Amino acid sequence: SNLSLQIRFILLQNRQGKTRLAKYYVPLEESEKHKVEYEVHRLVVNRDSKFTNFVEFRTHKVIYRRYAGLFFSLCVDITDNELAYLECIHLFVEILDHFFSNVCELDLVFNFHKVYLILDEFILAGELQETSKRAIIERMSELEKLE
Amino acid sequence: MNSIFSGTRLRDMIRSIRACKTAAEERGVVRKECADIRASINENDPHDRHRNLAKLMFIHMLGYPTHFGQMECLKLIASPGFPEKRIGYLGLMLLLDERQEVLMLVTNSLKQDLNHTNQYVVGLALCALGNICSAEMARDLAPEVERLIQFRDPNIRKKAALCSTRIVRKVPDLAENFINAASSLLKEKHHGVLITGVQLCYELCTINDEALEYFRKKCTEGLIKTLRDITNSAYQPEYDVAGITDPFLHIRLLKLLRVLGHGDADASDLMTDILAQVATKTESNKNAGNAVLYECVETIMAIEDTSSLRVLAINILGRFLSNRDNNIRYVALNMLMKAIAFDDQAVQRHRVTILECVKDPDASIRKRALELVSLLVNENNVKQLTKELIDYLEISDEDFKEDLSAKICSIVEKFSPEKIWYIDQMLKVLSEAGKLVKDDVWHALIVVISNASELHGYTVRALYKAVLTYSEQETLVRVAIWCIGEYGDLLVNNVGMLGIEDPITVTESDAVDVVEDAITRHNSDMTTKAMALVALLKLSSRFPSISERIKDIIVKQKGSLLLEMQQRAIEFNSIVDRHKNIRSSLVERMPVLDEATFNVRRAGSLPASVSTMAKPSVSIPNGVAAAPLVDLLDLGSDDIMAAPSSSGADFLQDLLGVDLGSSSAQSGASPGPKAGADLLMDILSIGTPSPAQNNTSSVDLLSTAGINNNPSNALDTLSSPAPPHIATSASAGGMFDLLDGLSPSPSKEATNGPAYPPIVAYESSTLKIEFTFSKPSGNPQETNVQATFINLSPDTFTDFIFQAAVPKFLQLHLDPASSNTLPASGNITQNLRVTNSQHGKKSLVMRMRIGYKLNGKDVLEEGQINNFPRGL
Repeated sequence: SNLSLQIRFILLQNRQGKTRLAKYYVPLEESEKHKVEYEVHRLVVNRDSKFTNFVEFRTHKVIYRRYAGLFFSLCVDITDNELAYLECIHLFVEILDHFFSNVCELDLVFNFHKVYLILDEFILAGELQETSKRAIIERMSELEKLE
Repeated sequence: MNSIFSGTRLRDMIRSIRACKTAAEERGVVRKECADIRASINENDPHDRHRNLAKLMFIHMLGYPTHFGQMECLKLIASPGFPEKRIGYLGLMLLLDERQEVLMLVTNSLKQDLNHTNQYVVGLALCALGNICSAEMARDLAPEVERLIQFRDPNIRKKAALCSTRIVRKVPDLAENFINAASSLLKEKHHGVLITGVQLCYELCTINDEALEYFRKKCTEGLIKTLRDITNSAYQPEYDVAGITDPFLHIRLLKLLRVLGHGDADASDLMTDILAQVATKTESNKNAGNAVLYECVETIMAIEDTSSLRVLAINILGRFLSNRDNNIRYVALNMLMKAIAFDDQAVQRHRVTILECVKDPDASIRKRALELVSLLVNENNVKQLTKELIDYLEISDEDFKEDLSAKICSIVEKFSPEKIWYIDQMLKVLSEAGKLVKDDVWHALIVVISNASELHGYTVRALYKAVLTYSEQETLVRVAIWCIGEYGDLLVNNVGMLGIEDPITVTESDAVDVVEDAITRHNSDMTTKAMALVALLKLSSRFPSISERIKDIIVKQKGSLLLEMQQRAIEFNSIVDRHKNIRSSLVERMPVLDEATFNVRRAGSLPASVSTMAKPSVSIPNGVAAAPLVDLLDLGSDDIMAAPSSSGADFLQDLLGVDLGSSSAQSGASPGPKAGADLLMDILSIGTPSPAQNNTSSVDLLSTAGINNNPSNALDTLSSPAPPHIATSASAGGMFDLLDGLSPSPSKEATNGPAYPPIVAYESSTLKIEFTFSKPSGNPQETNVQATFINLSPDTFTDFIFQAAVPKFLQLHLDPASSNTLPASGNITQNLRVTNSQHGKKSLVMRMRIGYKLNGKDVLEEGQINNFPRGL
């Protein structure tokens, strides 16, 4: 059995189900991706806040949290540490918040490519790449200078 | 064309898309943009590539196809400038994945960029490679990446480490190459490099035993030290989360230690101190701390036993159970289920808290808690636990009641210390949730009741009282009716009073009231009503003084709209009226139902796999089990009460024994047509000359009376009007020849009665079948059919076999065919004898299946013959 524990995909969706970010670390056909996004949205959008932040999804599980109108969802192995991924989501949100100065959904829409770039400094190959918010923000500024 | 018409800016495009009010409008805008982009792509102008790709990525995120942009990614990646490469790689990762061949074209660019002098470019390449490389690319570029693990810049080292993680996932063979580089990363101080190094080592350990050995021997102590340093470290604002320095690194280190300690006592030994430290010192008031604790508990559970650590771990989980955060409670319950395997005692200590979680507002927590509780039940605590669960049953949500009642029943059955307690608990459950209780549960209850002769009086009295209050609980009513029918005399005479009971006054009329009520209540289902009639029959013997009243009730049901009830009413009335002499022996007290046999049947599989010691808690009831309990006195009843079993052996046995009644009593779900067809295929399968009756796989289940009333839902799905009675002929002879010894000599003319015209029963491009009919003397129900099979093809048929199935009201006998070889344009004949029990009311109908070999290939033809002449 594959003991490899990694993130399989990351989704940012709003309440209407519009995808604001979709990063896949496993290969999926476009149609499969759409199905996944639809299913995950359905799973998380109706969950009462008194329920846990973990839902079983096919043979894996999705860790999610809602921030304002956006759902941040991570799909991980069923045996992996849910609480750790909640922290992971929170750190990502903090980074975005810092980068965009009080981030709102519109920032993420008009600067979607930047969101991907930030994500790529935070997570790579489905694993954590950096745990310091400061380091990531600094790196982004260095890279911006090259543009 | 130049770039005057370079199209909209990215922002403007996004704005105009957002301004669309309908999906159609959006499609229109997107279509136009795509057209512009395509045109721009065709011009091959490098200026707009960057913006075009950015737009395409946005359009892609909306869900539109963007394949035409893939090559643009490649061109951008091949460009010299950083911004172009950056967006090119980003587009690559978004629009392509490892399965696409286009990706291979990037390999060369990647190789160059991995060797680029600009480290930011190197970073881009590592990122893309790490996120989407295929196995081939991984293999090609592994040496580059390995080298970069030791690059001077920590950002590159991090990326190289994670990129390597992907490489070894894709190509496990390459794992060895990375061992040394990975272990050097473990000495790093930079958190980012360290955590990626730890992850790489973890990956290597899980896919390569040599790596595991290496890291275990060489790096365990170092890792422990690293974890200790970080646990003890002073406040580091950059990495602090809720008072913990870099909880992510904590967690990754714990994970790696887990893999190193698992299965190795020495390594485990080295870790115990640090694990104890983390377990006791970590603050658990915030999620970050709890995440670390959780990982720590996982590691403690996985490494080699140190029982004091385990107790520590379980206590942490116990504390988690009382945490207000339901996420924490949830993970604790999950872990405790695993922990039970190691240390049941330690988990038992938290039983009370776990029980509280059964009442949690969150459904998934309730479910898990219930699972956990049922694993904790033993002889010592069963009474207390059951009481708590039943108390909760009364107030729980409807949607949880089913799971809860099922669990309580299974706990009670497994651990009941004495029969009277079992009966009491079951009565409570049935009173609360009878509607939701499955058939096998109340069947089991009846078996137990029947075996507890000293409790018959007590039980029937308790049931009587219960059913007065909870008459809407169907299952309770059924059990009560059965008991009143059986033990009514004990009920009205206060026979077998136990010390704990008070006498109750129940007249014979009161008892009959209850039974009558079950029949007349509008929401009683068929099973209940039918059982009530049987009970009345018994009572008519046991209560002679009100036999008239009982008779009246039965007679009234003769006019019931339910066929089953009509039939029973008529038959029972006949017994009551005209067969009083045998009535009392008919309805004598039921013989004790053998618990061991019941358990065997209930498990539903071949006896070898069933233990008859403890009652197995089985999820799917075997249709067989229903039969002996309810239908022993069913005179010709075809009531089908149990849910169908799903094993193939049961289907066969169903077919063999079945005498199906009206379909009104069908319960449970039918399997889809596929199952039914397959089953029929099995029975009609070519090359198995012996008919289905000879199948011995379900021999044990065929014993005794149990078979007769099983549903065979598989048959419902066949298109013939009623389930077929299967007959096949063995052209090699077999059973029928031995028994019949008939030689096929059909008479072509009718000897008695009218002649019937021959028919073409079937015709395809290769085969034609004709039937001619004659009636043997004396019996209008019998028809002789001579079947002629004609080979219409230019080649010879060999191994020809004809099989047929008919509905239940027909009986079919096939004589062997004249031959099983048909030369081209030749024919063979075969005699069939059909007996129509519904002669005059229903016509003959038949499904047939023909198999033969033509030019070495197996051919199968099937069809239904509907054109039999009427009156046969």
